[in-house]
Amino acid sequence: MERVELAGALRASQALKNLVEAASGVVLSDCYQCGKCSAGCPVAFAMDYTPRQVIRLLQLGLGEEALKSHTPWLCASCQACYTRCPREVNLPRLMEAVRQEARRRGLINEKKVDIFDQAFLRSLERYGRAHEMGLIIQYNLQSGQPFKDALLAPPLLFKGKISPIPAKIKNIAEVKNIFARARAKGGGRH
Amino acid sequence: MKYAYYPGCSLEATAKEYNQSAKIVARHLGVELWEIPDWSCCGATAAHNNDHLLSLALPARNLALAEAEGLDVAVPCAACFNRLRAAEAAVRESESMQATVSEIIGRDYRATNKTRAFLDVMVNEVGLEKIKEQVVKPLAGLKLVAYYGCLLVRPPQLTAFDDPEDPMTIDRLIQALGGEAVSWSYKTECCGGSLATARADIGVRMIYQVLRRARDAGAEGIVTACPLCFLNLDMRQGQAAAAHGDRLGFPIFYFTELMGIALGYAPKDLGLTTHFVNPLPLLEAREILRHPATRRETA
Repeated sequence: MERVELAGALRASQALKNLVEAASGVVLSDCYQCGKCSAGCPVAFAMDYTPRQVIRLLQLGLGEEALKSHTPWLCASCQACYTRCPREVNLPRLMEAVRQEARRRGLINEKKVDIFDQAFLRSLERYGRAHEMGLIIQYNLQSGQPFKDALLAPPLLFKGKISPIPAKIKNIAEVKNIFARARAKGGGRH
Repeated sequence: MKYAYYPGCSLEATAKEYNQSAKIVARHLGVELWEIPDWSCCGATAAHNNDHLLSLALPARNLALAEAEGLDVAVPCAACFNRLRAAEAAVRESESMQATVSEIIGRDYRATNKTRAFLDVMVNEVGLEKIKEQVVKPLAGLKLVAYYGCLLVRPPQLTAFDDPEDPMTIDRLIQALGGEAVSWSYKTECCGGSLATARADIGVRMIYQVLRRARDAGAEGIVTACPLCFLNLDMRQGQAAAAHGDRLGFPIFYFTELMGIALGYAPKDLGLTTHFVNPLPLLEAREILRHPATRRETA
């Protein structure tokens, strides 16, 4: 990162701070940077910024940098950080909020993670349930790796663990309405 | 004892043995399961990563269907359990959220019923004493680690029924079934969940850590209550081990499968024949499938 003048950065990023706090319910100043979250994070080894650093960026008014981070996309939502945080900062919710804002700005920092999630939601909206086989095929094609896990498909089919035919619920209209109304409410700021 | 039953998508597909075995042990122990008619997906990780309201509304539809019957909901899948609990808590805590969620699902849902993990129902409602009385094929000599993963016990504000750092529910169940619950330090470590699909390089490392720690602790198998943990540890075991120049062949069990075995049911009926790592050689080597009276004396 280049050198920044923090007082100015803080003023300039107030809107982003407010937005992330409103969407996650997290008060950023609650965090006193003890680092317990990151010491126990099982995915920290693969992250560019640790979870503690993501909060620090937001606290300092460097939220734009947090939006570019891969960390919120790699968070497995395992809840270890939130469980251990002495200040009860709901970090997984914060990661979701940062990720959603990044996505809105076109910063899809982990494309494959996003392709998987979007394929999952499409399957759900269409059938009311997740159709694992269709989901994996769609994911493989869109992520440009058509033969990923191909060796697992025959045994899964043979064991009856996946089916080429999706299980569709009867009242699919109800699920489609849930998607439409949630969308209309703008993704759930509270 | 009657519960609404929410199997969730995995239990209809990759985790069908969990569904089969859960239904068998529930029937055996006198727990009536009323499968929520036309249940829909809880939204899983994809929903809460992308849309908070959607992630509450999708589980709420199912909870509302059970609430209309006046039933608490028993959920085998740890991930579904967590999402259903999250929806229930959000609606119970806030009147405005209750109104919003009800409007989105088009049903009046008030969270008067409770979501329970199927494990919690078995161990804390049916009770270990009653389960113990029914054991005909004790898991004698079987060294197992209980693997809770994340979503069954965290965050404790939501999950509530066991300690988030050192849960013991599955350990106590293993003991009640006559097995040996081996102590280890990875019982609540994350398996990586869906990262195994989207970022296999990260996923296999997390999966391998869990498997290796179980072996290092001296266990012969892992007992889980989560379809995603099971899929990662069982189906992706070969991949994870190969990525680390190792071979494992480590059997993974749902706790309900081992309950079924101890209660005298056939492995095939419980779904133990559809695992990627075949668990039957281990059960045969320990003579678990034979009646105790016909087992060889061990020195």
